[in-house]
Amino acid sequence: MRNKLIYWLIWISVLGGILLGISIFSLSVGSAGIPVKKIIPLLLEGKGTTEYSILFDIRLPRIILGFAIGGALSLAGVILQGMFRNPLVEPYTLGISGGAALGACLNIILRLERTLSILSMPVCGFLGAVLVILLVYSLSLKRGILKIHGILLTGVMISFISSSLIMLIMATSRTEDLHGIVFWIMGSLEEPNWLLIKLMASISILGLIVSYLFCLDLNALSLGEEEAIHLGIDIEKVKKILFLLASLLTGFSVSIAGIIGFVGLVVPHFVRMFVGGDHKILLVSSFLCGAGFLIFCDTLARTIIAPMELPVGVITGILGGSLFIYALTKRQVLLGGR
Amino acid sequence: MLEIRNLTCGYESGFLLQDINFEVKHGELFGIIGPNGSGKTTLLRAITRLLRPKNGEIIFEGKDIWQIPLRELSKKVAVVTQNPPANFMSIEEFVLLGRIPHYRKFQFLETRKDFEISRRCMALTNTIGLRDKSINQISGGERQLVSIARALSQQPELLLLDEPTAHLDITHQIRILDLIRRLNKEFGLTVIVVLHDLNLASEYCDRLILLNNGFIHKVGSPKEVLTYQIIEEVYKTVVVVGDNPISSKPYIFLVSEEDKGRGKRL
Repeated sequence: MRNKLIYWLIWISVLGGILLGISIFSLSVGSAGIPVKKIIPLLLEGKGTTEYSILFDIRLPRIILGFAIGGALSLAGVILQGMFRNPLVEPYTLGISGGAALGACLNIILRLERTLSILSMPVCGFLGAVLVILLVYSLSLKRGILKIHGILLTGVMISFISSSLIMLIMATSRTEDLHGIVFWIMGSLEEPNWLLIKLMASISILGLIVSYLFCLDLNALSLGEEEAIHLGIDIEKVKKILFLLASLLTGFSVSIAGIIGFVGLVVPHFVRMFVGGDHKILLVSSFLCGAGFLIFCDTLARTIIAPMELPVGVITGILGGSLFIYALTKRQVLLGGR
Repeated sequence: MLEIRNLTCGYESGFLLQDINFEVKHGELFGIIGPNGSGKTTLLRAITRLLRPKNGEIIFEGKDIWQIPLRELSKKVAVVTQNPPANFMSIEEFVLLGRIPHYRKFQFLETRKDFEISRRCMALTNTIGLRDKSINQISGGERQLVSIARALSQQPELLLLDEPTAHLDITHQIRILDLIRRLNKEFGLTVIVVLHDLNLASEYCDRLILLNNGFIHKVGSPKEVLTYQIIEEVYKTVVVVGDNPISSKPYIFLVSEEDKGRGKRL
């Protein structure tokens, strides 16, 4: 018992350490390189200098946003994979990203940003996401019972429908709009609004806390729904709360940063290989790992071809995918659900 | 301990379990038998609250099971199903899942007591040596034993098992039923077990309920239930019923098509 606890604490501190290291690294690199040892003096007395504003107005917000979104997406991935007992489910399987992207596209072609405010983009994205969540939820709810397979199938179908609609919009839109749509869909952590960043960070941490309250239920659910009932879990309540939680985490992430793929799929698997399937440790370590991974990918995205910037989704896909395949061939661990 | 009154329940597809009445007494080892599709598992699902009755009641310790909070019920009733368990946890973690009903609110980590109980259950089922293995590294028989250990760690008063000996060799069949018998005799655990094998049911159960097409055909001791008339009527198969020379419980001999004629000639 003690051993397991110690093992877990070591894991969390290692992941926390890596996360911190990546954040500091990310603070120091960029088109204007700031050496690590200069960061602390700058932090204390550098107010007003250009370097200070690079650190705190450009790089720090991205790091915080990367932390929040990486964490939120990985968390949503763990919750959904645990709930569905299906290792291929990820936050975007449920069509939430499609809805958000559709909302964002409409925002771009209707030029709401000009008539309303700069906030109209995330708001539209979020509305799209919420619409899809409600649609999937109500279509899968039969006589008070949430049908797990129903969620999955409706989600996938809604995903297809919304991506077709997006293509329709893209086909009929003007070139300058097209560029905006494509870049939004590829995802970026560039977000000038501090309020949104703070909101995202609090939602993400709140999500971690709430999901942790359900770690035992998730463990029981990994045996299957019927077994969970035998262990005294009110699975209908649990499924509804977890589904809404994962959806909201995804919806907020997508509407702020666009579609950053792969984090929610790969990170939970990767972490599960090392710490096992117990959600008591899986939730926290996936959150930390996802946060670190996204910050790292974002750092690469903005430095590889600086001063230009690559879409971060490209990096998460390439890096995440190859790392995962590598780990898979090294460790013959059977993954996921059953 | 468990009383079933006028139970009718079933699925939307049309299968119906009808007019079920019986009682399981404290400390009994009670067997449910019947042909495929006769409603054995449906009955078990009704008792474990997976299926809501259309009519009638299931009374556990004087209360309708649907009136008992699920969590309270799961402290007293444990179930071993045929579902294959998830494979990414160690056996010890798997057995510890049985402690979930006993966790206090906002308790996340197992206490020393939880570990002691789950170790004891693993020792009882002779699976303690497997505790660091993962589920996909062990055999079917061991898997069944581990599932029983998990159910025992719920510290139930009533244990339900759905065909615990299915797909197992005779070594494991006997090992598992001996274990169930021992739990029943030494620890006073009341057991309801769905069995396919009539001879095993005859050997181990105190009383049997024979289901046929969703109705109760007969309830009683193995001697009363397992007669050749009843079996031939329900299973539509010619059998000969003799006695086990050691236990003198009924033993069912099967007769092949070829030998049926010979039986008549003799």
